[in-house]
Amino acid sequence: MNLTLLPVIGLYLAGSAGYAGFLCLQREVYNKSAYILVLTGFLLHTLLMGVEYVRAGALPVQNLHETLWFAGWILAGVFLVLWWRLQVKILGVFAAPLITLLAAAAFFVPDTAVHLESDLASLWLVLHVVIIFIGEACLALACCTGILYLIQERNIKGKKHRFFFRRLPSLELLDSSGYTFVAIGFTALTIGLITGFIYAEMEWGRFWSGNPKEIWSAITWLIYAALLHERIVSGRRGRRAAILAIIGFAAMVFTFLGVNFFLEGHHNEFTRW
Amino acid sequence: MNSPGGSPSATTLPAASTPKLPEIAVVGINHNSAPVDLRECLAFSDQEGRDTLLALKAYPEIREIMVLSTCNRVEVLFTAYEPEKAIRTIKSYIAETKSVPESRFEEALYTYQGDKAVGHMFRVAASLDSMVMGEPQILGQVKSAYKTAVDIKGTGVILNRMLHKAFSVAKRIRSETGIGDRAVSISYAAVELARKIFGQLENKAVLLVGAGEMAELAVEHLNRSRATGPLYVANRTFSVGVDMANRFDGTAISFEEIGETLKSADIIISSTGAADYVITKSQIRPVMRQRRHRPLFFIDIAVPRDIDPAINRIDNAYVYDIDDLQDVIEENIESRKSESVKAERIIDEAVVRFGQWYESLDAVPTIKDLRGKLSAIADVELKKTLHSMDHLSQEDVKALERMNEAIVKKMLHDPMRFLKNPGSHRDKSLYIDLTRKIFNLEED
Repeated sequence: MNLTLLPVIGLYLAGSAGYAGFLCLQREVYNKSAYILVLTGFLLHTLLMGVEYVRAGALPVQNLHETLWFAGWILAGVFLVLWWRLQVKILGVFAAPLITLLAAAAFFVPDTAVHLESDLASLWLVLHVVIIFIGEACLALACCTGILYLIQERNIKGKKHRFFFRRLPSLELLDSSGYTFVAIGFTALTIGLITGFIYAEMEWGRFWSGNPKEIWSAITWLIYAALLHERIVSGRRGRRAAILAIIGFAAMVFTFLGVNFFLEGHHNEFTRW
Repeated sequence: MNSPGGSPSATTLPAASTPKLPEIAVVGINHNSAPVDLRECLAFSDQEGRDTLLALKAYPEIREIMVLSTCNRVEVLFTAYEPEKAIRTIKSYIAETKSVPESRFEEALYTYQGDKAVGHMFRVAASLDSMVMGEPQILGQVKSAYKTAVDIKGTGVILNRMLHKAFSVAKRIRSETGIGDRAVSISYAAVELARKIFGQLENKAVLLVGAGEMAELAVEHLNRSRATGPLYVANRTFSVGVDMANRFDGTAISFEEIGETLKSADIIISSTGAADYVITKSQIRPVMRQRRHRPLFFIDIAVPRDIDPAINRIDNAYVYDIDDLQDVIEENIESRKSESVKAERIIDEAVVRFGQWYESLDAVPTIKDLRGKLSAIADVELKKTLHSMDHLSQEDVKALERMNEAIVKKMLHDPMRFLKNPGSHRDKSLYIDLTRKIFNLEED
């Protein structure tokens, strides 16, 4: 266990608490301080990542510990940027705990040295990893807004106007920001997969080897493609899009972790300990 | 506390004990104390209110005055040295001008004095005393009543300060408690719901099915948060629809065109007298596809209902009938009541603070504060001077200190005499307030 991680986790945790306070009490000061706490955590996190990168001379995503830590960092960065751009205040209520969870999971997963065959200094691989993670972070936020949409839709359809009805933004805002997250996330995912294929072609001489990791990546990609297709062609929005965003995210989590644990495939070494 | 210092120079004294503060008092009726027919009798129009102010102000027993008349209350707020006498004057004035015998409203009338009067006005302005607690109009009504009073110079230092305090307290209560942030009328509840569905209401198209009074109210409310966006009116009797469309700058359509209009409308307000559903579920399914699944919000205020409630089960379509809206309102009223406890605490605090200021208007504490400030300045300056004069003997220092005291005392002599009795025809509180301001005595 690496104790230098604790201040970062502490800041994220405090940020999550701030957002919870904002949810309950609806005071702007909680919202602002939570944002600043997560931002401070992210800056410290960035510093640690930078130190690690210099020390290892390659992207620190060599085992599950490092991968989770990296995922938390990317998610925090994407959250901070998109929150600032879109102003869906309530998003922090979900995103901050998710960031905290990733960082805390990294803390508890042992940091064992793994022998890697892949060359983590290769440009294509670095691009592949970074872009895929940015995409996944956006899709995680899309899943959050999807859940919030379903809660709010249930409130309105069921005519229940209690706690969440007052605190959640309008369906329109949740739907449109969810759509933005999926659009950005899907684009990044697509580019990330392409760079992955290019790396595979350079390393192993073939684009597609048909192993479970690749198949599940394709399934995830198709789910989001279906979501966007429906949206663009027939304007489908709302509940269906929210559910697809949640299913897509579930598939993605399975691709990220599940495949490595339950099925065989490449990438195993990154997420095993 | 009050000493009638100096020799009273006034010759027009109505009473011997002038040098004390005028008392704040309020006399009035509201929706709790009087039935509507009595309130109607006593209510003042704007012009009548102005005339009343001018007439009552002319009475020597009334110092400052303001009249507040809304559909739920008629109140006269004033300051007077002898409030009892002023109340009698006001009562007989009202009885005379409104030609209502005093005995008829005597029972319904309430009077408050001092802190109670202050607290009452704070509660009125903050909408805690309103029939629908937390309704926002009352603050505007109090403000305009105050403005009228200021226009005719009916108010002075005390009421000015008190009303400004009342406005800031009302504002604070509005922002710190949830008293005003929940809809308590059908049309407002509907608009609030529309906001939760559409976010922005700008550019949203509205379709009225049936041109009833309720629909009209809802549109008025909607238009306040929706500057643009088309309005369609469908009515069985086409000419009535045209009338209403003209009034709101909309388009009248025939009943047969409803299906077509649903493709572009976003909010549908229905209030026909039809016995059957006017819009059915099977009608909406294809419409949703045509409108590319943009949300559709039905507000059904008709009894029996116009909109098939099953439409609520279609994705992106929302149906609220009159009972649903009523439930929302009842829930909100409950929560307002619990918020009012917080509001009462804020008011109590403000009353105490206002009371402190009011007490300070008395001459004695002001003179004390003024003397304190002058002596402090003189002391500091003397110390500074002595610091560089080591050669002075103990005796010399004593002499200088005595001189300092004497200067302060002499300087204070005339202002003190004036403040203790500025003359009966003058408003003492005005001068004391001015003194406190120019010497900046409020600071500590």
